[in-house]
Amino acid sequence: MSLLDVENLRVSFDTRQGVVEAVRGISFTLGQERLGIVGESGSGKSMTGRAILRLIRPPGRVEADRMALEGEELQSLSERQMRKVRGRRISMVMQDPKFSLNPVMTVGEQIMEAYLLHARDSRRAARRKALEMLEAVAIRDPERVMKAYPHEVSGGMGQRIMIAMMLIPDPRILIADEPTSALDVSVQRRVLSIMDTLVRERGMGLIFISHDLNLVSEFCDRVLIMYAGRIVETCEAARLHEARHPYTRGLLNSLPRLDQPQDRLEVLARDPAWAGGDA
Amino acid sequence: MPRTATTGGRLPAPLAGFLGRALATAGSLAVTVLGLLFVTFIIGRVMPIDPVLAVVGERGSPEVYAAAREALGLDEPLPVQFWYYLREVAQGDFGTSLLTARPVVDDIARVFPATLELATLGVLIGVLFGVPLGVLAAINRGRWIDQVARLVALVGYSMPIFWLGLIGLLVFYGILGWVGGPGRLDVFYDGLVPSVTGMILVDSALAGDWMVFGNALSHIILPASLLGYFSLAYISRMTRSFMLEALSAEYITTARVKGMSEWRVVWVHAFRNIRVQLLTVIVLSYANLLEGSVLTEIIFSWPGIGFYITNALLAADMNAVLGGTVVVGTIFIILNMLSDLLYKVFDPRAR
Repeated sequence: MSLLDVENLRVSFDTRQGVVEAVRGISFTLGQERLGIVGESGSGKSMTGRAILRLIRPPGRVEADRMALEGEELQSLSERQMRKVRGRRISMVMQDPKFSLNPVMTVGEQIMEAYLLHARDSRRAARRKALEMLEAVAIRDPERVMKAYPHEVSGGMGQRIMIAMMLIPDPRILIADEPTSALDVSVQRRVLSIMDTLVRERGMGLIFISHDLNLVSEFCDRVLIMYAGRIVETCEAARLHEARHPYTRGLLNSLPRLDQPQDRLEVLARDPAWAGGDA
Repeated sequence: MPRTATTGGRLPAPLAGFLGRALATAGSLAVTVLGLLFVTFIIGRVMPIDPVLAVVGERGSPEVYAAAREALGLDEPLPVQFWYYLREVAQGDFGTSLLTARPVVDDIARVFPATLELATLGVLIGVLFGVPLGVLAAINRGRWIDQVARLVALVGYSMPIFWLGLIGLLVFYGILGWVGGPGRLDVFYDGLVPSVTGMILVDSALAGDWMVFGNALSHIILPASLLGYFSLAYISRMTRSFMLEALSAEYITTARVKGMSEWRVVWVHAFRNIRVQLLTVIVLSYANLLEGSVLTEIIFSWPGIGFYITNALLAADMNAVLGGTVVVGTIFIILNMLSDLLYKVFDPRAR
C-alpha cells in the first residue's frame, strides 16, 4: 500500500477579485520513495504540501476526491485527530530556519516539545531523545546547542535542528518545502545528504519541494513537474534530461551548465494551454 | 606585582557584564534626570508667572518685593540658580508649596500614593481584560468577536473621560448605589488605619481592617475601572495587531506542523513572542496613568498628583508644579528603563 494517495487535489482561495486556484486537480501517490515536486514560484508546489497537512487556513479551501494516508482518508478526520497526524505521521521542514524556529524558545525546548506532543514520556527521556536526534543530524556539541536560541546558530545548523525536530516523533512522511533554498550553496548538499540518510534509514516517504532541478534529480527517485497548479509531467529523476514536456525542457534549458557554456541562456517560454490541458 | 594585581582584580565575565550594564543604565538614568531637571528649571524661570508676586501679593511695597526676591534666590544669575536648584533637589528639597504652606516633598508623599493606587488598579484592569480581548480579536479576525472588540476599543478611545465618569457616578453611585461616591473613603472610615504606604487598600490590608478595605475598594473601583477601560482600549488594539503579526510568522506554521493544539500555538508560541512589545505598551499606559489623570481625579475628588499639580498650576504655585513635574518625569524615566531591562529578560536576541 502506498503511504500517501492523492487524487484530484484542489486548493483555492476566495478573494474579492474572485476565486484564485493555486492547485488545480493534481493526483499522485507516494511510496517509500523520494518524490520531488518542481515548479516555479506560484506553481502550487508549497500549497500542495500544506494541503496534505490540512494547514491551509480560510479563506483557503482544499478539496480532493481522495487524500489518504496509509489508506486512511485525511479529509474526514476531525481537527483533533488531524493533530495526531501532524508531526507524528506527516511532518514538514520549511524553507528558512531563521523564520521557522521560534526565536524566543531554546532549541532544546522546541525539539523536546515536538517529541512530548506525541509521546507519553518524561522530560528527561525527551531530553535524551533530543540529544540523540541532534547527534543524528551531525551536530557536534548537542548539549550546548540544546541551550542555544535560534539566532545563535548558523543557517545550516538551524536547518539540521529543524530536521531533528521534525523527525523526532518518527513520522512516516516528511515534506521538505524548499529546505535548502535559504542556505549557502556550500552547506546545501550536506544538509540534504543528512536528511536523505535519515529518511532512507527510517523507510520514510519524502516529498521534496524545490525549484532546483539539479538538486531534485540528485536526491529524488521520481519528479513531478508542476505548472500553474497542475502536474505537467512525471518522470524518473534519473531520466529528467529525457523529459518531453516543453515546459520541463524549457526549465532544463534555462539552466547554465559548466560543461556547455552558452552566451545566452534560453528564456522560458510559457504556453497557456499547459495550464488548461491535462498532463 | 602590578600585573598580578590587575589579573586578580578582574571580575568574572558575566558579573562584569552585568555590572557594566547596571552602570550604563544608572549613567543614562542620571543624564536623563539631569535633562529633566534642566527643562523644569527653565520652564519655572521663563513662565510668565512672577513667583515673587505670588508671595508678596499685588500690593506689596517695592522693598518687600525686593527682599522676597532675594530670599527666593531670584536675584542670582541663571546658572547659579540652576546649581542651587540641583543642590536642593539632590537633598530632596523642592521648596515650600505656597498653597499648602508645607514642603512640596511632603505634599507629594501624601498625594502620590493615591495616584499610584488608582493607576496600578487601573492598569491591572486594563491588562487583565485588554490582553485577552486583543488575543481573542486576533484569533477571530473579521468575525463578530473582533467587531465587538473593535467597538469596545473605539468607545474607549473616543468617549471623553469626564463624561463617562459623570455617567458612571450617576448610574453606579447615584441610581444603583453599587459603589462608593467621590473621594477615597467615606468620612466615617477616614483615619481608622495607620498610614504606612499611603495606599489605603494596602494599609488596611496590612492592618487587617477589612471594613476599611471594603469601603476603599468601593470608592476606587469606579475610577479605576474607567482608567482601566481607557488603557484596555489601547492595550487590546495593540495586542491584536502584535498577535496578528506573530500568528502570520513561519514559526507558527512550524508549531502547527508539530501537531500542537491551537491553544498552545497561540498562548505559548505566539504569545511568548509578543511579550516584549506588549510590555512596552503596558508600561507606557501605566506611566500615563501615573502622571495623574487630572480629569478623573477631579471628577472623583481623588486627591492624587494630577489634581495636586493642576491646583498648584492654577494658583501659580511654581514650587509645587515643578516638584510634581520632576517626580512624575522621574517615574516615567524609571519605568522606561525598567521596561528596557525586562526586554532583555523576555527576548534572548536583545541580551
